[in-house]
Amino acid sequence: MSAPRGLPVVLVAEGQRMASICNACRYCEGYCAVFPAIERRLSFAEGDLGYLANLCHNCGSCYSACQYAPPHEFALNLPRLLADVRIATYEKYAWPDALARLLRQSGVVTSVVLVACVLVLVAAMMIFVDPPVLLRAHADADGAFYAVIPHRAMAWSFGAVFAFVIVALGVGAVRFWRDTDERVRDLANPVPWGQSIADALKLKYLGGGGEGCTYPDDRPSHARRWFHHFTFYGFMLCFAATSVATVYHYALGWSAPYPFWSAPVLLGTAGGLGLVIGPLGLLWLRGRRDPALAPSDDGGMDIAFLLLLLMAAASGLALLAMREMAGMPIVLVLHLAIVMALFLTVPYGKGVHGVYRLVALLRYHLERRRPLPELGSE
Amino acid sequence: MNGSRNGWVAVSTWDPSRIYDVLVLGGGNAALCAALSARPAGCSVLIVESSPAHFRGGNSRHTRNLRCMHDAPADVLTDTYSEGEYWEDLLKVTGGRTNERLARMTIRHTATCRAWMATHGVRFQPSLGGTLHVSRTNAFFLGGGKALINAYYRAAEAMDVHVAYDTEVVQLNLDNGVFRSALVVSGGETHEIRAKTVIACAGGFESNLEWLKEAWGPVADNFLIRGTPFNTGRVLKALQEQGATSIGDPTQGHCVAIDARSPKFDGGICTRVDCVSLGIVVNEHAERFYDEGEDFWPKRYAIWGRLVAGQPNQIAYSIIDAKSIGKFMPPVYPPYRGETLADIAQALGIDADRLQRTVATFNSAVSAGTFDHTVLDDCHTEGLAPPKTHWARCIDTPPYFAYPLRPGLTFTYLGVEIDECARVVFEDGKPSRNVFAAGEIMAGNVLGEGYLAGIGMSIGTTFGRIAGEEAARHVRA
Repeated sequence: MSAPRGLPVVLVAEGQRMASICNACRYCEGYCAVFPAIERRLSFAEGDLGYLANLCHNCGSCYSACQYAPPHEFALNLPRLLADVRIATYEKYAWPDALARLLRQSGVVTSVVLVACVLVLVAAMMIFVDPPVLLRAHADADGAFYAVIPHRAMAWSFGAVFAFVIVALGVGAVRFWRDTDERVRDLANPVPWGQSIADALKLKYLGGGGEGCTYPDDRPSHARRWFHHFTFYGFMLCFAATSVATVYHYALGWSAPYPFWSAPVLLGTAGGLGLVIGPLGLLWLRGRRDPALAPSDDGGMDIAFLLLLLMAAASGLALLAMREMAGMPIVLVLHLAIVMALFLTVPYGKGVHGVYRLVALLRYHLERRRPLPELGSE
Repeated sequence: MNGSRNGWVAVSTWDPSRIYDVLVLGGGNAALCAALSARPAGCSVLIVESSPAHFRGGNSRHTRNLRCMHDAPADVLTDTYSEGEYWEDLLKVTGGRTNERLARMTIRHTATCRAWMATHGVRFQPSLGGTLHVSRTNAFFLGGGKALINAYYRAAEAMDVHVAYDTEVVQLNLDNGVFRSALVVSGGETHEIRAKTVIACAGGFESNLEWLKEAWGPVADNFLIRGTPFNTGRVLKALQEQGATSIGDPTQGHCVAIDARSPKFDGGICTRVDCVSLGIVVNEHAERFYDEGEDFWPKRYAIWGRLVAGQPNQIAYSIIDAKSIGKFMPPVYPPYRGETLADIAQALGIDADRLQRTVATFNSAVSAGTFDHTVLDDCHTEGLAPPKTHWARCIDTPPYFAYPLRPGLTFTYLGVEIDECARVVFEDGKPSRNVFAAGEIMAGNVLGEGYLAGIGMSIGTTFGRIAGEEAARHVRA
């Protein structure tokens, strides 16, 4: 692993200016973890800014409450600044280094990868599968999906991509961790792990200190939190469906397709619905949010990731509905191509955010165990 | 004019031709409390706010808490703070320049007003980092004063209170203390707004530089105004001209020493500098002029604005050494830094020899003690004038740091006299039938001098609500 590239100097300087204002003011302390983390510091190194940026959920509560927000001459817009820093940290810590630049063009990259995946899979099928097989319906009794694409091909290709994604995300997480000055041996303590995972699973810091955050407008609301829950838990249910199916296949010798009332199909259906509702809701809220909160340029990563999740879910549900119909092979190929593209682009798009957020929360709960600096009363 | 928001920014909703039941002049905490109290009684209400929507809320934007009496620990407040203790605190800081009846009304009201505030969307939180000394007495607003103001405007919008932003009151028309109409300028056009009652909540005159100069003399040129630039005192002056009884002294106000590099207006809380008691403070002649360690900083910061105002060119410098770094709340601007005192003097543009002499004299007067910033410790000077009575440590460990200080005016106490119904008292000694006042414009009734953290919001909330209710009562009578 080579040394991580630095954040843009201008961004660091602006981050230091804004964090110093927040540290002197402190009114937003009750909203989220960002402000208590600021208060532990007297100065803000580049690594600190990356940490703060990944604690921030861009909920807008602090911006709405800010006495120094533009047009005030301090022009304080911490959520936007931290959004810019956050994207820069994705690039800074990405692995392999040569692919880090993809993060700047995530929307384009995602589209290209998607099209490539579709082309490759379609081509593979044309080569390896007899055309009549592609065009007719397959009863479940015939083995349905595997009549089109052999199980082994599916398992190996997705297994390899999954392993690559895990390594890429893992390297990024380690690089981020190394910028934190925390000690590795403190990770042996399960308490901060439990606290940070609980915060992440509850999306505690999309709570605006209790009554919801000011997203998309200045009326406190839990809407974003709920749509994110639909998205995340939808994804996890789909993941669970695949895991259960893997156990069925290898441990129990039961081959897909499984009946509608089986665990994999029920989990996958529930997850798929979540993954339709969640991303749609997030896209809708995003379209209505205060433009002031948007990062200067996210390279389309937000929308690309949400659309890909939505397409994966929609094509999966369509596959379920059509699995004994004539169009199934085409839908299957599209679904697999979308899922493949989703996995491939996770380390180079919005998909990385979960990893860095978790590391940031872990650091937060580790440093919270240490006493605060001894400052006199103001 | 329909619709009260354009995307994320609130917009004006008002009808210049209408006769409103209640006209509220000003758009801060007291104004919103008045509007939110009058409207549920069935009154039509118009708020006239001189600032654009972005800067609405007057000085309330910069506040963060409310001083509350409580006889038992209550949600965000620890321990107890009795009416008696609150009153004693007020008596002490004002030196008796307070109206006991109005003061006690305020104090008692703070025991119960938080529930009302919460129904209108205000959220509270425990005291902020660095403010443990007020965790017993002050309830903090989640997100600070602007969050409170935003919540109140949302509540007002939901109950169809009309708001005219960016609209300035230029004239009040009264007949023998009875309000008839107000002339306002909005978007370059003058409108006459008629209303059955008026509630003046337009703040003091701290951002009117001409008026400050009248009161303070030319030294006012060097004041920084920590609060809103929109408190020009126009409504206050109009009421005075119409015969309202003035209360308070134009030179009284909340004036602290803030960083000299702060904006001329609206710098708010983060302009404070909290290291005065850790080092020495010198004027531009490099001379000390007051006991920096007289008492805990939270009990002394309110006198330092006045002290700096008394120095040549209204400038002073707080100087500390490396021992003090990290021991005080971080200020917003970085300090001047120097390896030697001469470097510091050069950076500040003051005489290096004199500064070195002042520090040497100070250092030789420091008597050894056990430094402890959390108590009134025994580190003091001997045979030095002025002395430093606590936390006196030699300034001898480089690097040295300096923060420049100027007087930072937050709000003024000159106002109009009111009665218990928040009615403005006119020169004949009679309260007006339909002219009410709340907030900073009448705070001088309770706080004639000195300062007690969080009492401004207590006064504004109490008399805002009273004014709103009494105005509604008058309209319905």
